[in-house]
Amino acid sequence: MQPSNYISSPRTLTHLSLEKISKVYPGRQEWFDHLSRRSSSDFVAIADINLDIAFNTFVSIIGPSGCGKSTLLNLIAGLSQPTSGSILLNGEPVRGPGPDRGIVFQSYALMPWMTVTENIRFAVETVYPKLSLTEQKRIVHEYINLVGLRGSESKHPHELSGGMKQRVGIARALAINPQILLMDEPLGALDALTRGFLQDEIIRIWEQQRKTVVLITHSIEEALLLSDKIAIMTRGPAARIAEVLDVSFPRPRQRESLVQYPGYTELKAKLERHLYQETRVVEESSIRTRIHG
Amino acid sequence: MPLSKDRQALILFLILLIGILSFWELGVNLKLFSPLMPSASQTLKDFWGWISDPFFDDGPNDKGIGWHVLVSLRRVSIGFLIGSAIAIPLGILIGLSDVLSKAVDPYIQILKPVSPLAWLPIGLGLLKDSERTALFVIAIASVWPTLINTKLGVSSVDPVYRDIARSLGASKWRTIWKVILPAAAPNIVAGLRISIGIAWLVIVAAEILVGGTGIGYFIWNEWNNLKITSIITAIVVVGLVGLLLDRMFGLLQTWVSFGQKT
Ligand SMILES: Nc1ncnc2c1ncn2[C@@H]1O[C@H](COP(=O)(O)OP(=O)(O)OP(=O)(O)O)[C@@H](O)[C@H]1O
Ligand SMILES: [Mg+2]
Repeated sequence: MQPSNYISSPRTLTHLSLEKISKVYPGRQEWFDHLSRRSSSDFVAIADINLDIAFNTFVSIIGPSGCGKSTLLNLIAGLSQPTSGSILLNGEPVRGPGPDRGIVFQSYALMPWMTVTENIRFAVETVYPKLSLTEQKRIVHEYINLVGLRGSESKHPHELSGGMKQRVGIARALAINPQILLMDEPLGALDALTRGFLQDEIIRIWEQQRKTVVLITHSIEEALLLSDKIAIMTRGPAARIAEVLDVSFPRPRQRESLVQYPGYTELKAKLERHLYQETRVVEESSIRTRIHG
Repeated sequence: MPLSKDRQALILFLILLIGILSFWELGVNLKLFSPLMPSASQTLKDFWGWISDPFFDDGPNDKGIGWHVLVSLRRVSIGFLIGSAIAIPLGILIGLSDVLSKAVDPYIQILKPVSPLAWLPIGLGLLKDSERTALFVIAIASVWPTLINTKLGVSSVDPVYRDIARSLGASKWRTIWKVILPAAAPNIVAGLRISIGIAWLVIVAAEILVGGTGIGYFIWNEWNNLKITSIITAIVVVGLVGLLLDRMFGLLQTWVSFGQKT
């Protein structure tokens, strides 16, 4: 038995709960795959993951590259189904995607033929078709202001910098007023400066609208700056959650003063140690298969 | 100062034109070609005659070349519209379903390489009317490129767009209309562009076979009158109109590809 990692023990406060989640990507096993020598065995991406997330907490999931973080987030989003186990949202099993969860993608995923306004409008209109036109416009306007995009409303995505694009992505995800915000390495494609700037923006926005957030990230500093909890994943295949760390620095946080809080250095060292170890094993085994395989 | 590449090309183009015309004129004067061959100067003169007054009308067998072009354009437009109205919805349907795509693919692969003119007798037999047969042939000619490109465009829409629509709970129709169609539009228009080109290519032959009116019929009629200069005029006009059609769809293509990498 794996120990389960309960973030909040009283069930009533649990917003999102993953119970013994596994995801197996089926291999190519049909007879013609064997004939064409393209058969492959099943791939267990994540196995037996338990995680409970309380209301209005900011949870980061961090793990070595390729361990199955996106797989996990897509399961929560309902975009794919777990092979076993169940995902409960407010105690109800998740059956598919839905507007109660807003998603922010690393690739921004803005529709290139729509302006900033139209991208956000599309989301609002789809989720609240019965809302009056003026009300829809008010919401779009509100979220454009919230993410600091005023003045760029009628620009198309290709006219925006990466940071601006992701602001639209965040505004689109929030404008439908989801219960949970899911973000898959939202700042991964940005340069360090823009990244830092957007981290501050995420802090500011979250202080205004506290929601349950699941953030996937590669960056230890980012996780420490933003999160209430950090779930560390082991390397794949059959990745698990090794540990859930509490990050209890007071809020609102400032990146400059974060380092001074007691425990920051230890927490950071611990995360680095774990990730370094896991990454080393992954890299070494890939080198070995390249030489011998 | 060295000339720009565009200038160089223009000068070369003019040199080639003058070269071809002089060789032609000289060859005819020296009786190098068949006696049917008109001289370049005569051709240019007749060409100007046709072009300067394209819309005269002296009875059913003596009309300006403009009328014939218009008739052909009308046929191509109607046939092309019918073909596209079949190809685009069908392409979307096939593009959305892997199973359907695999099931229908053999039919498309077999029918695509067949010259649309092969359908002409069937059209005549079924429709018993030369005008409708021409439309039928044009419609079939314009189906395949649009169908194949629409299918390709729809099936290669970035899955992340579909994920977004799904996560917002968008209906199937809304997803197709607001997400899949705009995302596939560059490919669809590329298909339409090829289709209109082929339709314009096929109309000449179809009208030669079906007769009556149109630029194809004009060419055939002038051949019967042994008026080679008129045929050469028609060839140049057909080429220019084809170029114009292609450019129009080229513009449409840039317009729908707005902001998308192609
Ligand atoms: N559709 C799929 N079919 C088969 N295997 C897949 C599929 N999607 C992901 N995988 C495999 O599952 C594992 C986890 O992938 P996933 O994308 O979830 O990792 P990740 O932690 O998000 O990686 P990254 O850090 O690169 O974002 C990888 O080994 C990947 O090759
Ligand atoms: Mg990932």
